[in-house]
Order: sequence, then C-alpha cells, then structure tokens
Amino acid sequence: MYSEKVIDCFMNPKNIGEIEDADGVGTVGNPRCGDIMKIYLKIEDNIITEAKFKTFGCGAAIATSTMMTQMVQGKSITEALKITDQAVAEALDGLPPVKMHCSCLAERALQAALWDYAQKNQLTIEGLKPPESTTEEPEEKSIEE
Amino acid sequence: MIYFDHAATTPVKPEVLEAMLPYFSEKYGNASSVYKLAQENKKAIDNARRVVAQLLGAQPNEIFFTSGGTESDNWALRGIASSLKEKGNHLITTKIEHHAVLHTCQYLESQGFEVTYLDVDENGLVTAEQVAKAIKTDTILISIIYANNEIGTIMPIAEIGKVAKEHGVIFHTDAVQAVGQIPIDVNRQHIDLLSLSGHKFYGPKGIGALYLRRGIKIPSLLHGGGQERGRRAGTENVPGIVGLATAMDLAYQNLERKNTKIKALRDQLINGIYKRIPFCRLNGHREQRLPNNVNFSFDFIEGESLLLLLDFEGIAASSGSACTSGSLDPSHVLLALGLPHEQAHGSIRFTLGEDNTREEVDLLLEKLPPFVQKLRAMSPLYEDFLRKHS
Ligand SMILES: Cc1ncc(COP(=O)(O)O)c(C=O)c1O
Ligand SMILES: [Zn+2]
Repeated sequence: MYSEKVIDCFMNPKNIGEIEDADGVGTVGNPRCGDIMKIYLKIEDNIITEAKFKTFGCGAAIATSTMMTQMVQGKSITEALKITDQAVAEALDGLPPVKMHCSCLAERALQAALWDYAQKNQLTIEGLKPPESTTEEPEEKSIEE
Repeated sequence: MIYFDHAATTPVKPEVLEAMLPYFSEKYGNASSVYKLAQENKKAIDNARRVVAQLLGAQPNEIFFTSGGTESDNWALRGIASSLKEKGNHLITTKIEHHAVLHTCQYLESQGFEVTYLDVDENGLVTAEQVAKAIKTDTILISIIYANNEIGTIMPIAEIGKVAKEHGVIFHTDAVQAVGQIPIDVNRQHIDLLSLSGHKFYGPKGIGALYLRRGIKIPSLLHGGGQERGRRAGTENVPGIVGLATAMDLAYQNLERKNTKIKALRDQLINGIYKRIPFCRLNGHREQRLPNNVNFSFDFIEGESLLLLLDFEGIAASSGSACTSGSLDPSHVLLALGLPHEQAHGSIRFTLGEDNTREEVDLLLEKLPPFVQKLRAMSPLYEDFLRKHS
C-alpha cells in the first residue's frame, strides 16, 4: 500500500534523534490518535542548519518525519514555512488516503518548532500561527465509520 | 514468507481443495433439479450438513449454510430481534464483539432496540453473573463472542448458556474463531444460535453456517427459491459447502494433538517475548485463551511500524493500531481491557497455524527485539520515559 519511497524513508530513516541545544522544539499529536511527532531545529541567521526528529507512529508518520527533516535542512525560515504536508506527501510519491492525517503532523510539528524558536527569541515570523494545543483530544468518534 | 496471521484467514488445505474441485466442473448440477447429476449435489450438501451438525452436537436440520461469519451474525441478531420484538426489545452483548455483531447491535439500536454492552475485565472476560445481572424482563437475546479474534480470550460459554436457559433468554455465540480449535457441544453448552465461518479453519472464504436450535423461529434471510428449507434462498454454493464441511471435519481430527503442538509454540513465543523484551504486556487471558493466539502491547511504539519491519523480513502478523484500521481510534477490544491509548496502538497479534514450526517462532524471537529497540530509539514517548527514570 506504500510507495517505494515511503518504505525507503521508513526502513532507512534519517535525522533521528534529539538536539541538546536546539533553538526550536515542537511536539504535535497525541497518544489517542496514534501518532506523536517531535521536531528539533538548529537555526542560525534565519537558516535551518539542522533538523532532527523523534516519532511515535506508523510507517507513514516515520517516513514523513524523515522527509520533512530532510526538506527543511538549509532552508530559510520563510522557505521552510512554505513546505506543506502536500509537498511532503508528493516528495514521498504519495501516501494512501487514510494516511494523509499522519503527514499533516509533519507540517504542524515543523510550525510548532518554529513557533517555539520565535517565542524564545521574541520574534514575529510572518505567516506563522501558534500551534494548536497538542493535548487537545480529537472529537469523539463512534466506531461506525 | 512466515505466516502468523491465521486469525485473519487460513489457506485452504489441499484435501479440502481436492474435495471441492469436482463440484466446480463435472458435478455442476443444481441441487434443486430432479436428474441424477443434481441429486448427487443434493447428497453432497446433505452430507456436509450432517458433518457440521455432528461436530457441533446438533441435528442436521439445525444447520443453515450462509456466506460466512458476518452473514450468520447479522442473521442471528436481526432475526431474533425481529421475531421477538413483541416480547421485548433488550439485547445483551459485550464490548469486545467482532464488528459483525457490534455494528449489527448499533443498527438494532437505531431501530429502537436497547443494547447492554457488558464490560470485560483486564483479561477480556465477562462472567455468567454479569450476564445474569444484566437480564431484564424484556431481554430477548444474549450474544457473546466465544473466543475473541484479537486477544484470544475464551468466554465461559457453558456457564453463560446455563444462565440464559435458566432465565428463558435465547443465547447466540459468535464462534467464528473457536470452531476448529475448541470442541463445541451446543446442547451441553446451552447454545441456541452459533455462527461459524469456513475460512478460519482451512476452508474456503465466503462460506459459513448458522446453527439454529430447533423450535426457535427467525424470519427467512433471503426470499426466493426455497433453498435451506426456505430460510436462505439462492442456489447453494456447493463447492463452498463441501469445502467447509471437509475442512471442519479435518480440523477436529487429532485436535488434541494439534493443539498441544500449537500451544507449545504459543507459549514459546509468549515466554520468549517476555524474556527478551522489557516493557511489554500480553493482552488477553493467560490460560483461557485460544491455542494459537499471542497478542502483545509493546510500550512506546506503534503497531503498524513494527508490522512493516516484520513484513520486510517476510513475517506476516497483524495489529490493533489505529493506523492499520483507517480510523483514528485503536482497537475497541484493547481499549475495553482498560489499556491506555498508546498501549492499544502498540499492540501486535501473532496467530499461529498448524504448519508453523519451532524454527519460525525462533526466527521471530530473534528479529523482534532489535525491531522493537529500533522503534523505541526513535520514539518521543521512550525519550520522555528515560528522562523521567534517569
Ligand atoms: C469473531 C469473528 N466474527 C466474525 C467474523 C467475520 O467472518 P467472515 O469473514 O466469514 O464474514 C470474523 C472474521 O474476521 C471473526 O473473527
Ligand atoms: Zn499514522
């Protein structure tokens, strides 16, 4: 069901880990939905010089984490903000429809990390909104679906 | 490939296939016709019905062939609800039924019936006392899964059947996972209706049966040419019926010997995982469980990612994580056990079959620990845990 790219990014994930002195850290998702993504960024002169992640989640979540952290490396903050979950999914040669929610996490985790960076440095970054609360529970769903 | 997903489905045994094949080609007659070719098929169906009945301790005229477990469950629940709606509108079931029962119950609720979903304990058991307490004057049906498809827990069916009988309430059990693995006697266990499905015991897919105790009326499921004594019309799936009966017969031959072997593999796997992997738990009852079921939750990791790593090594298993089911919620069965969401997402099920070997289990036990470690190393939950405990 996954593309070869997804499988490759999942089997050989890149950029796993923590950055001790990260400039921005963002965590999104919650145990309830089954995917949690944490992104660490090192930022110098508005350029993302390093990105690492820790992810609890399915194959798609781990693959998008790998892809996202690779895509932001070396980009300016403005450029990085333009990376959408759609772009990440495309770079992976697509994701199954039921997995699109997993890829949304990568975009949101990146934005959360950039928000954290902005907060720490008292910056306003154009187009950047505060992350939604990560502890928020998704709406109650019935098993009928 | 190493196949550890026998609860999902099983391969058709060669003997079963061989028994089925003539009914596709040379023995193609329609069992309703009068000529000899057709009569042979009628005989084959009658014979199959006798075999299935005998293996359940039932009478042949109490067996109705269906298209599978889902159809049998739907028919049983909707049928009883419909024929007894004047008597009452309350049904009792559990929180860990297969969706074939659960979603039928939800449908019945939408039609004005009231359904009690019994809680299970941390091992997935309901007790006969719980059932007795839930019975009201307007209870018309109790439907309890015989053995759970995810965690393998076997319910105290005979005791529940006794309670149902004492209260004069009809008792149905979804025995799709039990048939072929556990000896069943519908009279001794006071079962009034029972669902079974061919493809879970090395028979073909798309064929099942409903046992319906004589004297209990349910409306016909399909109206038409009068097949299955008018209860379920439509030209019979003769190869399927022959295949189901042949497979069921084979399944119950040397059952004890086969179960001893499978249980040994199961216990080797359970003990091996406990020994090699920290922070995990076996889901389901340790003793009252299907001989072939192993279900573990591994803390800090998600089930699907573990399945993918195993699949890459040619090992097939299944998981109760949300990401495999397409919904955001993990398995309702694991949640009903009281597992927190992250543990429910981190569950994986191995279901063994007659052909699995010690060597295959050894290989799984060798592969599993580094895979779990690999995923934990990239898990933010594990990172938090280590930080808290350092
Ligand atoms: C407990 C249980 N009930 C019902 C079913 C549905 O059976 P079938 O696939 O034959 O419709 C299954 C199989 O997935 C099952 O495990
Ligand atoms: Zn996911």
